[in-house]
Amino acid sequence: MARFQALVEVQLRPGISDPQGATIQRSLPALGISGVSSVRAGKAFRVELDAADEDAARSLVETLSERILANPVIESSSVSLQAL
Amino acid sequence: MALNVAVVVFPGTNCEHDVAEALEAVGARPHLAWHGEPGLGAADAVIVPGGFAHGDYLRPGAIARFSPVMSAVSDFARSGGPVVGICNGFQVLTEAHLLPGALQKNAGLSFLCQMAEVEVASDQSALTTGVAVGTRLRLPVNHFEGNYTASPEVLDQLEAQGRIVFRYVSNPNGSAHDIAGVANEAGNVVGLMPHPERASSELLGSADGLVLLRALLVATGARAAA
Repeated sequence: MARFQALVEVQLRPGISDPQGATIQRSLPALGISGVSSVRAGKAFRVELDAADEDAARSLVETLSERILANPVIESSSVSLQAL
Repeated sequence: MALNVAVVVFPGTNCEHDVAEALEAVGARPHLAWHGEPGLGAADAVIVPGGFAHGDYLRPGAIARFSPVMSAVSDFARSGGPVVGICNGFQVLTEAHLLPGALQKNAGLSFLCQMAEVEVASDQSALTTGVAVGTRLRLPVNHFEGNYTASPEVLDQLEAQGRIVFRYVSNPNGSAHDIAGVANEAGNVVGLMPHPERASSELLGSADGLVLLRALLVATGARAAA
């Protein structure tokens, strides 16, 4: 068994409205920041796990992402994995 | 004979006693069903009430979906049993894939706690049996994630199949198609963001919620007698 660390990023699918991101974007001019045309809010999860190899680790984290971390109706997820 | 209604309680649920009291007011016999138990007890219908199941961690309903009781709720729903999710209970039922779509953060990013007027858009659901389409009801809403979202294909399907059960007269949260509540294809599973149990007495500003709870008992009784 080897130990891995995964970063799972969950974001709203394109076309799904994001009132949180839009509000952040609208606040930027008040900070003197200009030129930002879009902000989309999402979530990130760091997961540590033990698995036989990288494929097994990736498969487990993808299952975890699809079954609970993201709601596939409105969100998509991406996984990046590194051995520890 | 009084109908038995299981009221599901997760850690963080907070509307179970209001729901039970409103059910008693319309002559049902409610009992609480703890989320950690694998069964629902003797139940003719099930209500998943509002609150903050499992602290709303991750997403509202995301963790509740995996509670042991939800297998029993799914089995009951698939066998045609009437299941109603109110507010957080609606969110739980969408996460459990018993209802389509998802509830997103309100468009205005405000937590809404106000009276809402909704119009009954279908009388083919377990919660609106015998309630005329077009009937307007005053029911309180109390939510941060009530903005109903689904793909255009799913929304078209809901429209075509008459599965939009309630629409807001004045949309408070950005919900697609002004949706306040939807049903599954068979009509026995219904979810809505407004709280019928909080409109159970004129003293509370409205007794319109009793119309829906009585309709639920009509649908439940018809099924129990069949």
